[in-house]
Amino acid sequence: MSQPASAYFMEDRHDPSETHTLAVLVQNEPGVLARVIGLFSGRGYNIESLTVSETENQKHLSRITIVTTGTPMVIEQIKHQLDRMVPVYRVVDMTQTGRAIERELAMVKVRGVGEHRVEALRLADAFRARVIDATTESFVFEITGNTAKINQFIDLMRPLGLVEVSRTGVAAIGRGPEGM
Amino acid sequence: MSETSHNPSQMTGAAMIVRALIDHGVQHLFGYPGGAVLPIYDEIFQQDAIEHILVRHEQGAGHAAEGYARSTGKPGVVLVTSGPGATNMVTPLTDALMDSIPLVCITGQVPTHLIGNDAFQECDTVGITRPCTKHNWLVRDVNDLAKVLHEAFYVATSGRPGPVVVDVPKDVQFAVGTYHPPRKSDVHISYAPRVKGDATQIRKAVALLASAKRPVIYSGGGVINSGPDAAKLLRELVDVTGFPITSTLMGLGAYPASGKNWLGMLGMHGTFEANMTMHDCDVMLCVGARFDDRITGRTDAFSPGSKKIHIDIDPSSINKNIRVDVPIIGDAGNVLGDLLQVFKAEAKKPDIKAWWQQIATWRARNSLHYKKSNDIIMPQYAIQRLFEATRGKDVYITTEVGQHQMWAAQFFGFEEPHRWMTSGGLGTMGYGLPAAIGVQVAHRDSLVIDVGGDASVQMTIQEMSTAVQHELPIKIFILNNQYMGMVRQWQQLLHGNRLSHSYTEAMPDFVKLAEAYGCVGIRAIKPGDLDGAIKEMISVKRPVLFDCRVAALENCFPMIPSGKAHNEMLLPAEAEDEATAAAFAGGKALV
Repeated sequence: MSQPASAYFMEDRHDPSETHTLAVLVQNEPGVLARVIGLFSGRGYNIESLTVSETENQKHLSRITIVTTGTPMVIEQIKHQLDRMVPVYRVVDMTQTGRAIERELAMVKVRGVGEHRVEALRLADAFRARVIDATTESFVFEITGNTAKINQFIDLMRPLGLVEVSRTGVAAIGRGPEGM
Repeated sequence: MSETSHNPSQMTGAAMIVRALIDHGVQHLFGYPGGAVLPIYDEIFQQDAIEHILVRHEQGAGHAAEGYARSTGKPGVVLVTSGPGATNMVTPLTDALMDSIPLVCITGQVPTHLIGNDAFQECDTVGITRPCTKHNWLVRDVNDLAKVLHEAFYVATSGRPGPVVVDVPKDVQFAVGTYHPPRKSDVHISYAPRVKGDATQIRKAVALLASAKRPVIYSGGGVINSGPDAAKLLRELVDVTGFPITSTLMGLGAYPASGKNWLGMLGMHGTFEANMTMHDCDVMLCVGARFDDRITGRTDAFSPGSKKIHIDIDPSSINKNIRVDVPIIGDAGNVLGDLLQVFKAEAKKPDIKAWWQQIATWRARNSLHYKKSNDIIMPQYAIQRLFEATRGKDVYITTEVGQHQMWAAQFFGFEEPHRWMTSGGLGTMGYGLPAAIGVQVAHRDSLVIDVGGDASVQMTIQEMSTAVQHELPIKIFILNNQYMGMVRQWQQLLHGNRLSHSYTEAMPDFVKLAEAYGCVGIRAIKPGDLDGAIKEMISVKRPVLFDCRVAALENCFPMIPSGKAHNEMLLPAEAEDEATAAAFAGGKALV
């Protein structure tokens, strides 16, 4: 193998990447989101989706749901790096538990008349998307589901006059009676 | 003020800061005043409990606090102003984060109502220092200040130690609020580092150790950080098992260099026997080290045949670079204690005579050999003479970064922990001089020597003035070869001997410079002068700049070339000829 002249060992990693959804419970204090995001950018981890909101007012707790990709070793690193941050209470790998439900909400604006407009409405109905705004030449659909379903719906809308999409990112929760 | 003065827990934010430092047992504070910290300096002026050390540049304060912390095990405390005061602290904070050094840095900030307005000497201190601290806080309400300060000390010193920043706006320093002494509820309940190792994992580790045929113990800075008990337990473990032991740069002194099981330092410039032992071992016990890239060489060829046990307080250090078989999360001292107890109860010393014989053949290669000279001082010789002259003395060594640092690590024997202060992770040139100041502040009567290089030492040379002002008799032992030696070495080995900007053409006269600062300047040029000059340096009770003129083109060996494994070391005997060229990929134009 040929290495460039360097003080560092240039390593090719060939491990396949996996996609994991992490739920992170944090103290809701100034800068906490910047800390989490800074960790990802600083250490070169990927963020596919990030959703954050306060979930327990009384305790000032926020829940951050992150979808990330990496080799198994990197995913393990990400979890440990998150877990050791001072304001982080818990990190749960929703993908590893295998018992999580994931949902995303999207609002999809489609513009068109005639056959396209009818078709868009028909597909929306099939996907259980709701019309939340309408003009004579446009619709805004609200659709909830997992990422794949939303991607599919958006793909279908594209030839029918897709204007823009706003997505919340993924929220995830475990099945069964137990909390995280 | 008069209406609140009857209640002793009512005070200004500035007074709270000084009070909190006293409550945490702080005796020394390294700092530099400025507009946004004047109320705190006013409080410092009116008390005697804490001694303030005035530096010449905030970076100096940070490294001094690091030296203080490493040599005492207590947190180093720094006080600097907003804006440039805070940004000048970024290097020491990063350095302390990389080397797990507890620092508490208090920064002034512009008044709350001006934050975000690009005010004079404003910067986003918590934003800038977020990636280079273990945690940081901006305190907007004086009634949060006591809690935050107490939490800051706890976070800095517990678990894997590290630097923290508390940013205090000037109006909060003036405001009056309620102070409370440290209490448990001051700490985030989300922060709970694990100290005790898992008993099942410890049992697994003992079983592996007991069955080992070719074991090695590889220890690191975590053993030093854990406190003196950890080093004692490590020594006991080596005695009980009879295993060979090596250490990282950060871990030197945990096991004595004169100990019979000592292999020397491992890694890029470690000894041949240490690296070969790591490569060929069947069981590796890593205590408080993190498989850093200077240690492992190429990771896919790192100790391929061994079962690895890894004790670390930081779960994110486990399986980061190297997959291990038995991870044990916990404090090095605590886990070593448990492990030793189980080993003594359930295992007996394995017979590893054959392994020691093998190690003896590696040792016989004499990998630290260098060519002696009667005309020129060889840098390795200078360190050896310095070591001999200070042997048995109460001595602390700091270093800058580069060849001289590696030679100090190779040729100075450390017998105790907390005696060796060097910038390992970040590799900060300019670390050693201010670090020596911090060490000397903590140990007034000890001999504190900074082994420096001519290039490194100039990065923080202004702190000689601090040493003079505070009567700190530090010794700056400069291995002066007129080059950035390590940069030049890499240029020779990897970049066709094109010595791009690694030669210092306008070197100051260090003896005159010493005199200008009001210190003592000493120069040694010939090997015959060296011992006398070192003796003079030690006997002078004032700060000394020692200009030790050494062989200009000497390089640091042995060495693991980049992209190579532990068993592909380049030894000094081979380093002169074409083997060097062959050993370095891309070293086509080697001279």
